[in-house]
Amino acid sequence: MRDVAVVAFAQSAHSFSDLGWTEADLVMPLVNEVLGATGLKRSEIGFTCSGSNDYLVGTPFSFVAALDTIGAWPPIAESHVEQDAAWALYEAWVRIQHGDIDTALVYGFGKGTVGDHVGISSLGYDPYYLAPLVPGHVAMAGLQARALKDAGFDVDPDPTPPPATDGAAAVILAAGDVARRVCSRPAWIRGLDHRIEPHGIGARDLTRSASAALAAERAGVATGPVEFAELHTRFEHEEVLLRQSLGLDEKTVVNASGGPRKADPIMATGLIRIGEAASRIHDGSAARVLAHATAGPCLQHNLVCVLEADSISPEGKR
Amino acid sequence: MTAQTSDERVLHVLEFPGGYTRSTGPVIGRFLTGLRSGRLFGVRTPDGRVLVPPTEYDPQTAAALGGADEDWVEVGPAGTVTGWTWVDAPRDDHPLDRPFAWALIKPDGADTAMLHAVDSGSKAAMATGMRVHATWRGERTGSVKDIAFFAPGEGPAEVPALDGEAELEPVSVVALPHRLEYRLRGGTVWNHFIDGMAEGQIRGTRCSACGKVFVPPRGACPGDGLPATEWVDLPDTGVLTTFAVNNVPAAGAPEVPFISGYVLLDGADIAMLVLVSDVPWQDVRIGMRVKAVWVPPGRRTRSVKNLKWFAPTGEPDVPYEQFEEYV
Repeated sequence: MRDVAVVAFAQSAHSFSDLGWTEADLVMPLVNEVLGATGLKRSEIGFTCSGSNDYLVGTPFSFVAALDTIGAWPPIAESHVEQDAAWALYEAWVRIQHGDIDTALVYGFGKGTVGDHVGISSLGYDPYYLAPLVPGHVAMAGLQARALKDAGFDVDPDPTPPPATDGAAAVILAAGDVARRVCSRPAWIRGLDHRIEPHGIGARDLTRSASAALAAERAGVATGPVEFAELHTRFEHEEVLLRQSLGLDEKTVVNASGGPRKADPIMATGLIRIGEAASRIHDGSAARVLAHATAGPCLQHNLVCVLEADSISPEGKR
Repeated sequence: MTAQTSDERVLHVLEFPGGYTRSTGPVIGRFLTGLRSGRLFGVRTPDGRVLVPPTEYDPQTAAALGGADEDWVEVGPAGTVTGWTWVDAPRDDHPLDRPFAWALIKPDGADTAMLHAVDSGSKAAMATGMRVHATWRGERTGSVKDIAFFAPGEGPAEVPALDGEAELEPVSVVALPHRLEYRLRGGTVWNHFIDGMAEGQIRGTRCSACGKVFVPPRGACPGDGLPATEWVDLPDTGVLTTFAVNNVPAAGAPEVPFISGYVLLDGADIAMLVLVSDVPWQDVRIGMRVKAVWVPPGRRTRSVKNLKWFAPTGEPDVPYEQFEEYV
């Protein structure tokens, strides 16, 4: 595995009302901010990957509009996931592992304030058994909260969603010496894994998160202390379940940033967890942190990223 | 579809006429065919568990399921609530028009639960472990909504007869209607462009780095990734860089054949998709000089529809080499 680090992170001043910003308006300042922070030129970026969801604004291929912000002409190597941009970061990390490029730009954006989230989230569920009923994300979270309450967890069984938010985030990944050149304290990705559970929620044990636990195991969470964790907890009851599944003890500070309950620019929220966690390494306040992102109903799909400062990296080159 | 609303946001509706059509495959189709008959079926996994609703593959082992008749098990008609959540304010597209619970219901004989609505009357009447039974619709089509809702208690689960059911083919396709509404705000770039269109003026933006002019305007230069915020008033004349003769009616062009084309306005660096008219389709050619035809000033609205179409000016054609870069 190549050593790859988060070397820059930027996020928008998120808004809880529609200011009429386009996708390009949201993303462009952030792309310029992370390029400026690293001193990298657009032409030096080896791969670009974004995450968004066309249903959020009801426009097919809405991610194409955001490409204006990255200077996609002459053609660049680019990809997109119809998911939270944390998964775009995963794709970019895999792409850098190929060995022929050293840098990647990752961004995600979402306008959560203009659409109907119960309707939109339902279209992401099983189209035969669930979508026709239009249960929506809040009811799905409610089923999990109730299951936890029934199992003896101290949680509110009637969860409320975070505020609908417009916003975006951008990250630059760099490998090895390039990372050291463009960033004084690179946040090295020491573990990155994602796992998913069956789409039938009635076939799952909602009081456990087997996929989060497996992703954490494969990302090596337990091999050292976790000082800060940024968890993609859109609902309050999810923290207790994730703390347990990820193996975090009470010494780990969760969501020091405020977390998704304070701002939830959907499709960027997970990437922001990675960026916020990396920022604790960048600013020198931590040596080992964890970021988590989730997708699907009741924490169906979970991504875990372990980030470390140079001082405790195997190379010890700091 | 768009319509102006009073708060200056625009209502945007996303829907597929008649619904999105999906094939069911044999396993889901067999379950939905059972629902149409007012019966619940599960599929058995190799280790003997019964999955309801059935899946094509075992979530644990990925083994293909449901291939043989003996893999299918009738379950219910009553079942047990294994989890639930309350809905105070039902939506128009929900199964019930009064407060209800979403519940995970494990039908008798099944090892997994299905999601559906429970009409318990009150939140206080809901409990994990409570017994419920299906209430079936009279009109059933092979849909999860053939169950109107689940009601408390053991039943009986009466199944109204379905006319002509014996002649029906097994369910193999479902139509899934859905409708999403959005409230969109134009943004500064779009609003300035539309304000121009209201007075018959086409406006573009120029990139400060490369100098290229974009129309319709965009806030960022796609080449440089930098703000393109300098406004440029453009003439309504240009050259047709390519076109299509369309024989299928479209929303903005009900009569066929109609011609759509790309016009590079004089002074612009990107061609704009427009309609071309006032010319027989046989006479339309690449390189033709064209000019906008506008709705008369007194009848204009704040809309791109003020620009009706482009028509030939009669000037000599422009040599291809002069606009080759923009084709």
